[in-house]
Amino acid sequence: MADVAFRGATKRFDRRPAVEHLDLEVADGELLVLLGPSGCGKTTALRMVAGLEEPDEGEIVIGGRVVNDVEPKDRDVAMVFQSYALYPHLNVERNIEFPLRRRGVDAQRRRQTVHEVAASLGLQELLARKPRELSGGQRQRVALARAIVRQPRAFLMDEPLSNLDAALRLQTRADIVALQARLGTTTLYVTHDQVEAMTMGHRIAVLDHGVLQQVGPPHALYDRPANLFVAKFLGSPGMNVLPATLEGTAAHVARVDGGHVPLGDDGVAASGQVASLAVGVRPEHLALSPSGTLEAKVLLVELLGADVHVLCQLGHQTKLVVRQDASAPRPAIGDGVRIAVARGSVHVFTGESGGRLGGPG
Amino acid sequence: MRPDSRNGSGERGSRCRRGRASRRRRRLAARYTLLTIGALVVLAPLYLTFVSSLLPPSALAERPPPLFPLDPQWHDYVIAWTQGDLGVYLRNSAIQTGIIVCGQLVTSVLAGYAFAFLRFPFKRALFVVFLATLMIPFEVTLVTNTQTISELGWYNTFAGLTVPFLATGVGTFLLRQAFLQIPRDLREAATLDGYGRLRFLLRIALPLARPALAALGVFSFLAAWNQYLWPLVVTGSGNGVRTVQIGLKLLQGTEVSRTDVALAGTVIAVLPLLVLLVVFQKQLVRSLTAGAVK
Repeated sequence: MADVAFRGATKRFDRRPAVEHLDLEVADGELLVLLGPSGCGKTTALRMVAGLEEPDEGEIVIGGRVVNDVEPKDRDVAMVFQSYALYPHLNVERNIEFPLRRRGVDAQRRRQTVHEVAASLGLQELLARKPRELSGGQRQRVALARAIVRQPRAFLMDEPLSNLDAALRLQTRADIVALQARLGTTTLYVTHDQVEAMTMGHRIAVLDHGVLQQVGPPHALYDRPANLFVAKFLGSPGMNVLPATLEGTAAHVARVDGGHVPLGDDGVAASGQVASLAVGVRPEHLALSPSGTLEAKVLLVELLGADVHVLCQLGHQTKLVVRQDASAPRPAIGDGVRIAVARGSVHVFTGESGGRLGGPG
Repeated sequence: MRPDSRNGSGERGSRCRRGRASRRRRRLAARYTLLTIGALVVLAPLYLTFVSSLLPPSALAERPPPLFPLDPQWHDYVIAWTQGDLGVYLRNSAIQTGIIVCGQLVTSVLAGYAFAFLRFPFKRALFVVFLATLMIPFEVTLVTNTQTISELGWYNTFAGLTVPFLATGVGTFLLRQAFLQIPRDLREAATLDGYGRLRFLLRIALPLARPALAALGVFSFLAAWNQYLWPLVVTGSGNGVRTVQIGLKLLQGTEVSRTDVALAGTVIAVLPLLVLLVVFQKQLVRSLTAGAVK
């Protein structure tokens, strides 16, 4: 086991930065999720740790040692690929033992280790099968087994669940968390799925355009997003963001299209310093109520089982989503409604840089 | 819906099914007819050669020629084998073909791997040069190659027979394409598992490129075995390294200058090719149709 760190790591492709001055520490035994949309640089960051990409600037550190010039095979990290990267011509047993062969482990020991790992992942019955004879979930487990069998210092997982169906993803997610907890191996987990990130990570690092936006425990990122990008990216649906103006210099109320929202007891004293503002409210902090301060029209009502998402239009352009309990009375499309904002739930961001100015927490 | 209308639609459906089945049968019949004609066109010369090799010399001149040998002359094969030295020529052809096939497989695998996986300067330009060699007919290089071989003192040697054919643009292209089909993730997984370039090539890339390798092997074999012009130019008197194709030509110029014996020799020379085609026909077809269907 080892800690992993990026120190000012930068990687460019054709002079365009994929990862820019990334400073990030992953503690020994931690499961850190690199989260972001496609092309944000999260996989490039992971590949830099694996040694599959060389940083143009900065350092990659594993177990206190700078590994920029260390060959991938000597970094002692195991990677689980999105495509699983199983060798198609080898059966499951040979696939799992493949890394051990290169390390000169004798045949009897290899066989014993492979069987132990296979048993821990429920693969004993599949050892003689070729990858093409396995389901997606089984392939995924074989890929995990191949990573585990080496007992590496760190696991690198590149969207390992993205090829699984929803039900299997849920199950495998739990399996990976349990496995990581049991082995205690430092893990970097890349995903674009914020639900995966929220449920699996000890901490989440959100990346956008190669730049680290925020890093912290899931609830901290959700409750106190550092900027508009994190606010909108985390949560399903994401945070509602409304262009706003403040009333007064030490404002307790922000005026938005279709009404106003309360800003909590401390208010925001920054109105004089910023040209434009945005306020953010999570859908669960909004409610349809005759006493609401926002006037809106219902555009869409989506029943999701336990919840209902009501998409509303405020004024001419602004849209927001209200999450309400399925048992609550449901409005019809086209209805005029009033929306109440829970006190102390409004986040305030600068409209230009998107940085956080104030809010709950 | 009224019962009669339901019956009506049922009859219509049944007629429709019958019509479809009959169309399918007609299409099948047409297909088999065409295939049979094609097979006859391809196999008839082989069959006639085989039959003629078993006929007595007098029957060879008959018109139309007999289609079945009533009194097969197997001793023509013995004459071709012993007096025509076909055994020696076949051995020479096997050595020459073996060297060329092995050489082409090795050079194509290495060059194909380099073009598929390695990064080096002028990679694209070099690959175009490789492909450009496909446009140059062998005859164009005949004089230069002959001169080179003779300056190297390789006249009438296996080196002279084989070295000019040890590398091939087609093979390189074929293997490069096969290697490009291997996902990058597999290469990277192997790298992390501690497998360097050579081990990746031997343990992963080659087993996955087996169909392309087999196809290249068969094509190389066919081309090398059937060579006539080059062995004729770089081999001389004495049957030290002369190949079976030259041996067949010589059969007609010797004391066993008999058509039936020459035909028996031809059948003997063609046998290894037939065996190869039967054994590797699946790979051949696969390589010919590769890329046709995505």
